[in-house]
Amino acid sequence: MYSKKNMKNKINLIILFLFLIFCFIIFYKGLDNPNTYTPQNNIEKNLPIFKAQDFFTNTHIESTSVFREESYYIVNIWASWCVPCRKEHSLLMELNKNESIKLIGLNYKDNLGNAKKFINELGNPYMQILIDKDGTLAVDFGAYGVPETFLIDKNKKIIKKFVGPINKEIIEEIRLIVE
Amino acid sequence: MKTLKIFLIIFSLISFSQVESGEENDELKNKILKNIRCLICQGQSVYDSESDFASSIKLIVDRKINEELKEEKIYEFLREKYGDWIIYDPELSKNTYILWLLPLLLFLLGGVIIKKKIKF
Repeated sequence: MYSKKNMKNKINLIILFLFLIFCFIIFYKGLDNPNTYTPQNNIEKNLPIFKAQDFFTNTHIESTSVFREESYYIVNIWASWCVPCRKEHSLLMELNKNESIKLIGLNYKDNLGNAKKFINELGNPYMQILIDKDGTLAVDFGAYGVPETFLIDKNKKIIKKFVGPINKEIIEEIRLIVE
Repeated sequence: MKTLKIFLIIFSLISFSQVESGEENDELKNKILKNIRCLICQGQSVYDSESDFASSIKLIVDRKINEELKEEKIYEFLREKYGDWIIYDPELSKNTYILWLLPLLLFLLGGVIIKKKIKF
């Protein structure tokens, strides 16, 4: 009788021990996860439909007329106040030489005068620049900051999202996809 | 004089109903904003944050409410753009069923253990 009870207690202890080990593993694994948001970069999304103001002409344009050609497009969100944007600008100028890609700029929450100065100083790699005065257009693209770059394929799907400034590896990745 | 009185009553009723619907919209907006995670902040909701991202989301939510979009549709829109992570209160789906069912299972297990121990 005593040994049976003893046995039961032992089994309970083992179960408890295993449960604690299980919890420990779960929490230990959890330590490796970053506690900041990591966006999913490779999910295909439809291109949003919107209306925006043109940077140079101030006219309102429909997104369908911006992305009308059957070509790869790059949408780059930038602002004159954003330091990393200044850093990536030379790479955008380089990307602009690739004829199979069309670059669209999205000027994010910026002062128009400063933005024009920025473009005059560093050059204009964009085929068209749209104004996003209140940041809502960027939300339509699923962006959460600046700079951010989106690659859009010929079927008008967002196929890649690059958070932060682009670099030489990203340029190479884009080139490989496009070709 | 009588028509003026009637006019005043109608006018006050209309303005009162407008104030009321404005208050309802504000309440709904705050409820939604408190349930949206600010993705660039640590442990803050969009409601609590003053970041650029949060202010854009606030504008979007405001616009969607004015377009008379239902609360669920607004969450759907944001989920489509940013994934499930943006909503604090996750939906029951194939990715979240463990999250929802595990506490319930543990609760039932606890109940069974207590019942066995007490033996009533």
